[in-house]
Amino acid sequence: MMFLAAVPGFSGDQTSLNPVGPGASHIEHTFALIFWITAVVYCIVMAVLVISIWRRHHSLDTMPDPQPTSAESDQRAQRMVAGAIGVTIVLLFTMMISSFAASRAIATMNYEQALTIHVFGHEWWWEVQYPSDQAWKTVVTANEIHVPVGVTIRIHGTSRDVIHSFWAPNVQGKRDLLPGYDTDLMLKVDQPGRYRGQCAEYCGEQHAHMAFYIVAQSPDDFDHWLQGQQKSATPPATPQTLHGQQVFLTHACVMCHTIRGTTAGSRVGPDLTHLASRTTIAAGMLPNNTANLAGWILNAQNIKPGCRMPPNGLSGSDLQDLVAYLETLQ
Amino acid sequence: MTSSTIVTPVELTESDRRHAARLEEVWKEPSGFLGWFKAVHHTTIGKRYMVTAFVFFSLAGLLAGVMRLQLAFPEAHILSNDKYNQFFTVHGSTMMFLFAVPMMFEALSVYLVPLMVGTRNIAFPRLNAYSYYLYLFGGMMLWIAFFCNTGADRGWFSYVPLAGPDYGPGKRPDFWAQMITFTEVSALAVAVEIVVTVFRLRAPGMSLNRIPIFVWGQVVVAFMVIFALPGVVLSSTMLLIDRTCGTQFFNPAAGGDVLLYQHLFWWFGHPEVYIIFIPGTAIVSTIVTTFSRRHMFGYLMVVLALVATGFMAFGLWVHHMFATGIPQIAESYFTAASMTIAIPTGAQVFCWLVTLATGKVVLKPPLWWVIGFFFVFIMGGMTGIFLASVPVDLQVHDTYFVVAHFHYVLIGGAVFPLFGALSYWFPKITGRMLNATLDQVSFWLFFIGFNTTFFPMHLVGLRGMPRRVYTYQPGMGWTVLNQVESFGYVLLFLSVCIMLWNVYRSARRGTIAGSNPWSAGTLEWATTSPPPSYDFLYLPTVNGREALWDAAPNQPIVVGLHDDVRSFLTTRILDAEPDGHEEFPSPTMWPFWAAVATGAAFVGSIFTPWGITLGAIPVAIMMIGWFWPERQPAERRRAREIWQSE
Repeated sequence: MMFLAAVPGFSGDQTSLNPVGPGASHIEHTFALIFWITAVVYCIVMAVLVISIWRRHHSLDTMPDPQPTSAESDQRAQRMVAGAIGVTIVLLFTMMISSFAASRAIATMNYEQALTIHVFGHEWWWEVQYPSDQAWKTVVTANEIHVPVGVTIRIHGTSRDVIHSFWAPNVQGKRDLLPGYDTDLMLKVDQPGRYRGQCAEYCGEQHAHMAFYIVAQSPDDFDHWLQGQQKSATPPATPQTLHGQQVFLTHACVMCHTIRGTTAGSRVGPDLTHLASRTTIAAGMLPNNTANLAGWILNAQNIKPGCRMPPNGLSGSDLQDLVAYLETLQ
Repeated sequence: MTSSTIVTPVELTESDRRHAARLEEVWKEPSGFLGWFKAVHHTTIGKRYMVTAFVFFSLAGLLAGVMRLQLAFPEAHILSNDKYNQFFTVHGSTMMFLFAVPMMFEALSVYLVPLMVGTRNIAFPRLNAYSYYLYLFGGMMLWIAFFCNTGADRGWFSYVPLAGPDYGPGKRPDFWAQMITFTEVSALAVAVEIVVTVFRLRAPGMSLNRIPIFVWGQVVVAFMVIFALPGVVLSSTMLLIDRTCGTQFFNPAAGGDVLLYQHLFWWFGHPEVYIIFIPGTAIVSTIVTTFSRRHMFGYLMVVLALVATGFMAFGLWVHHMFATGIPQIAESYFTAASMTIAIPTGAQVFCWLVTLATGKVVLKPPLWWVIGFFFVFIMGGMTGIFLASVPVDLQVHDTYFVVAHFHYVLIGGAVFPLFGALSYWFPKITGRMLNATLDQVSFWLFFIGFNTTFFPMHLVGLRGMPRRVYTYQPGMGWTVLNQVESFGYVLLFLSVCIMLWNVYRSARRGTIAGSNPWSAGTLEWATTSPPPSYDFLYLPTVNGREALWDAAPNQPIVVGLHDDVRSFLTTRILDAEPDGHEEFPSPTMWPFWAAVATGAAFVGSIFTPWGITLGAIPVAIMMIGWFWPERQPAERRRAREIWQSE
């Protein structure tokens, strides 16, 4: 079905028509079946309409007298209408069964062996946790969800504020994250790669800028990444980064963010312990580079109006050092 | 049987003319500036509904233009995120609550149903005037707030907790919630009037199986309004008191439930769609019949399909909530129900096709709009099947695919038939024909513009573009398609401008229409165009489904009603046998004042809970004035009751 989405300049990393996991491909099969049935039926109905008007039309200035109806032709028409309704019912039934089958296949994905990842929707970013038996091994990150290829994943989600909807169309259909409810969404990715997802439930000022990435890696790469994330932040090694850390810990940053291994432990904003290992900032909005980081820290309201990050009136050298420090947080 | 007797009609004699003069004297609308506020005749109120709803349609359409400009370029800054959120919310809320329902149901049924069933006014005419003013005040309130940068910005559905006290600061969601109250009270009032008008005020002989399909459609809608609207009145009121009185209905931290709101809202919200497009299909049946020059094929099937749709519409609401993660068994039920509703609609489509295929088709502008309806609406129905399937819905829900789908259904199912209806009934309302060439031009512009705007939305939705985003990032593969959509808007804009010009010009200089320019079969064509203030010189009687086509050579008329008071005939519910006569109330200012008092209470409640408590006092005073009995009608009524009981 990719022909519906094929277009130059379209990477195909956020479309339901380019499935990379069993969830999305079951759905795509049902989609294709419904697409072909409805397309054919539509063409037939429109053809009948056009042909019957073509054959029966009169270009008259005055309206002719109403025609008597013939009981015989009406009876024939009755049989045809009954037949058409019969066909409609059969086709609807076919599509319904296909839909049930897809739902069943998705619902029976293996729960026991699944790797659990917690996802919390926030206005307007995603908090991601990899729980562990030992508290110190729990990994907290944001907006990038690393998953091992070929392993069933249980996304255990809820919202910290308003309703959000977790949706990475190449992988699986969407699921709302509702405050007051916990939800489980099963998914599996079969091909390594980066797949974009986006909040699909209107959640206020910056709903448009609430993206995330699913990064599918080989199980070895994933384990390596997870171990890296379990570590505390690298201590600053140069005077510049040491000063940058001081700036972080003595300004507003510390009111909202955590850097494990320092005294910063607030949970309002994203965990920054391994900020530099992420490829984007501001929920998938900007590439993670020096210029964007500096601009974001200085006045995030310019970039993403309404977001919870306040403007920070830092001096040039403070800002430079802070960014240099943040960029060491691999 | 009453004092009315049924006699055969004769040529317009001297006594007829005297009769007409006396009726005119009794029925004429009060004149002057104050008279404007006293009017109670259904044609006056119906026209006001039409004009007002069209003004709201145009305003909301202009908002859409600005939004299309914003979305034509990635990361554009024509609208800020805050403005965009107000724009799309006010666009959606206006189109649904201030245009679609008031136009398709209230405006059309208030104007046409009394004419089509052959009576002199709508039942409860003062309530009708009151409903119009409430609707007007509610719409004005939303838009004045919008112009003061207090426009609703939480979507036309205003989900909690986003619209709740914690995440919806200011007064924006409160204005939205009270706009709902205004429009829903007004729609409920009209629903009651229509049910009573159709069941008790029909022309003698118009038994249930002879009621025009258009009227059947409006009755079904009236019942749906009565059962569906309390859901949204409840949810928006609970939202309002969560915000103003500190209740916790929707606060999960205090044991409230955010899903409760969605259930209540969609209990109304899904039938709402059918409330909007059943009148559309009823218009299609009417136009198809007239321009196929034959009786509707499968009258019974079409009527039953309308009734079935009305019932089934209440069993589908959860398909708007599939993504919330509901149990499998419920998913399956709502998938099945959502697909089943395609059957009655399909049956109607087949009946129209047969009618066209076996009739003598005359291609006039109203029929062109209906052909447009077929192409657009059926496409919307087809994409609806995607949404009925739970797994597919989980991919397309809340994307531009859905935006495309519901514009195909609602513009296809309501606006195309509405413009057909404009073309068809314009001669009845104004007495002059709409210019056919200009009508044709606006049809083609609209048809092409519509598909250019909305077809690419299917694709951009499948490419992953969510709804309600004020912008998107470059490199997503969405830009070109969005630009095509924005270009389509220009065509739609031109089309509506041409139509407005056509209406303006034709109303002044169009060809004189005569009473029945399409030689159609329903009763509204039995009187002059435009209808006189008493609708019919003599109330008609009916001998078949298409009253004028099936009329006997000497079809009787009703005579003997008093012509010195606003009297009318009541008939029995099944066979429309005359069973009494009654009097309509006279024009008065009270409904206007009552609406002002009600409006003050509703607006006041946005700012303080005391608004309703204290506001109820002036409302009560106005209602007492409204219902204060007048001596003479009361005595006439008593005399009649004594006479009837003998």
